[in-house]
Amino acid sequence: MKRVYAKEELCLNCRLCEVYCKTAHSHSKDIVTAYKKEEPAPSARLRVSGDNHLSVAINCRHCENPKCVEACITGAMTKDKATGIVYVNESKCIGCMSCLAVCPFGCIQTGSFAVKCDLCRETGEPACVKNCPNRALVYTALGGEQE
Amino acid sequence: MSVNYIPRRFDIVRDNERCVQCGCCVRQCSNECHYFAEGGKIVLADASACVACHRCVDLCPTSALSIQKHVCDYRENANWAPQYQQEICRQAQTGGVLLSGMGTPKPYPIYWDKMLLNASQVTNPSIDPLREPMEIRTILGRKPRQLEVDAAGNPLGEMPPQIILETPIIFSAMSFGSISLNAQKSLAMAAKNLGTLFNTGEGGLHPDLSDYTDYAVVQVASGRFGVHKDYLENARMIEIKIGQGAKPGIGGHLPGEKVNVEVSNARMIPEGSDAISPAPHHDIYSIEDLRQLIWSLKQATQGKKPVSVKIAAVHNVAAIVSGCARAGADIIAIDGFRGGTGAAPTRIRDNVGIPIELALAAADARLRDEGIRSEVSLLAAGSFRCSADIVKAIALGADACYCASAPLIAMGCHMCQTCHTGKCNWGIATQRPELTKRLNPDIMHERVENLIHAWNHEIKEMMGGMGINSIDSLRGNRLMLRGIGLSEKELQILGIKHAGE
Repeated sequence: MKRVYAKEELCLNCRLCEVYCKTAHSHSKDIVTAYKKEEPAPSARLRVSGDNHLSVAINCRHCENPKCVEACITGAMTKDKATGIVYVNESKCIGCMSCLAVCPFGCIQTGSFAVKCDLCRETGEPACVKNCPNRALVYTALGGEQE
Repeated sequence: MSVNYIPRRFDIVRDNERCVQCGCCVRQCSNECHYFAEGGKIVLADASACVACHRCVDLCPTSALSIQKHVCDYRENANWAPQYQQEICRQAQTGGVLLSGMGTPKPYPIYWDKMLLNASQVTNPSIDPLREPMEIRTILGRKPRQLEVDAAGNPLGEMPPQIILETPIIFSAMSFGSISLNAQKSLAMAAKNLGTLFNTGEGGLHPDLSDYTDYAVVQVASGRFGVHKDYLENARMIEIKIGQGAKPGIGGHLPGEKVNVEVSNARMIPEGSDAISPAPHHDIYSIEDLRQLIWSLKQATQGKKPVSVKIAAVHNVAAIVSGCARAGADIIAIDGFRGGTGAAPTRIRDNVGIPIELALAAADARLRDEGIRSEVSLLAAGSFRCSADIVKAIALGADACYCASAPLIAMGCHMCQTCHTGKCNWGIATQRPELTKRLNPDIMHERVENLIHAWNHEIKEMMGGMGINSIDSLRGNRLMLRGIGLSEKELQILGIKHAGE
């Protein structure tokens, strides 16, 4: 399946991926409104770790056999059979954060429910990749290095 | 705290209604103008170190930032303009020579803007380049005085080495050291895809560029940095750099802090040592000496590489060009005083040399008068801002034009003129790894190619309008130019008529 791969040698630590992720997962889809007005405040599903010298955007690997899906006690965490995307059904999630405890990559954030990357499955094009100013994020089925 | 006698140059204006405190500006500004306050809740800015490079403006996701000129009036004085007062204060503080980057910003006349192009009407047809073939292929190199062929039409005698370019635009010399490897690689990739040349400057050739040597002009400059057998043999053309338009008559100085391990390997000098290019070549004190170096370089490469001589446009440029041609140069590059630089003493940059338009016209006329114009190709350099400047240069007699500032602008340069500080926020004029990675060659070579493609189209449009379908018919065709607002003397030097004549 196509995944988002981060190239740390090109990552600027600008963290615009976080900004655009948060906006893409807001109601208004407007950056200023998403940050300043919306309640509950939307949150970014990936985070950039590091500093200006070495940084990388860490996001969900959408594992073949996801631990988070196994650990979910309500069946809210689902792996879409057709696309392979692992996503949270917000109406079922009770926020127990069992998924967070088992994720080997630390890709689940806390909130009123578990917050994680859904590869922007509604639009089909991850907002982080689309808006990365230095093509440090690539969306490919080939893997980061072969791209 | 010592008193700073110089007011800041810019204000950073933040629209707090739009700023979402994401901190992108804080992390991107290498001059450390932006900072978090109140425990990361708000972002503030101190513009005293702002150079107006627009990195923060362009990356701000909400367009909340703008840079404005800081207004701080001095008492009016037509003689002691604020700039001179500030420069005096800077020198009073540092005791040093003032340095600047990029070409001179002084309002000297720009003759490109005082020349107009012709177009066909009624008496001869204009040509539509979208429907009819239009040739901008350019061939550089010494041409034989006459072509001898046998009865079957096969050429007799040896043809000197020629370089075929798919555009009359080539990228001028910028060394690895003055610009980042990523910037140089972007130009190399673009040169390969466009069918033109890039120029290593005097910084040697980095091993990462080994795929692009067929498109490389390698320089032999007064410091002889990085010159060795493979460097000469793998290149497409060898250029002896005598001078640079932005700083005629003086050498170069790459400070030791920019000489990291990569730069040191490419230049073949110790890491951390200053790379100093002497003002003259100490083996060239005359045209006869130049002839020896040209001959040596041709011997070293079995006569397979054209040898170019690059000189700065100075007062006696026509005679010097004639001398270079007679010394055996295949190609002569003339660099006008508006040309760019990574670092030059401000006084030199702003006061020494002459405009490329006049130098080119004078050199071309002199070579034609002496009947040796066809023996050399002329390259013009020194600030081409758009395709019309290139068309005018070719009509004045240039074979091709060296462009550097325009491709740099395509890669993000905003002409902040602080290349010499090594803090280029766009990853161009710096060797700091956290800054150079900001320039992704995969993106930037596309932008440079787009620019040159666009200019190629425009050049064809303008040629078509004039009823010319081959750039060879435009070369030195000064009847296609008319001056506007120029004196009799200027027209005479440019060799063109006034508009209306």
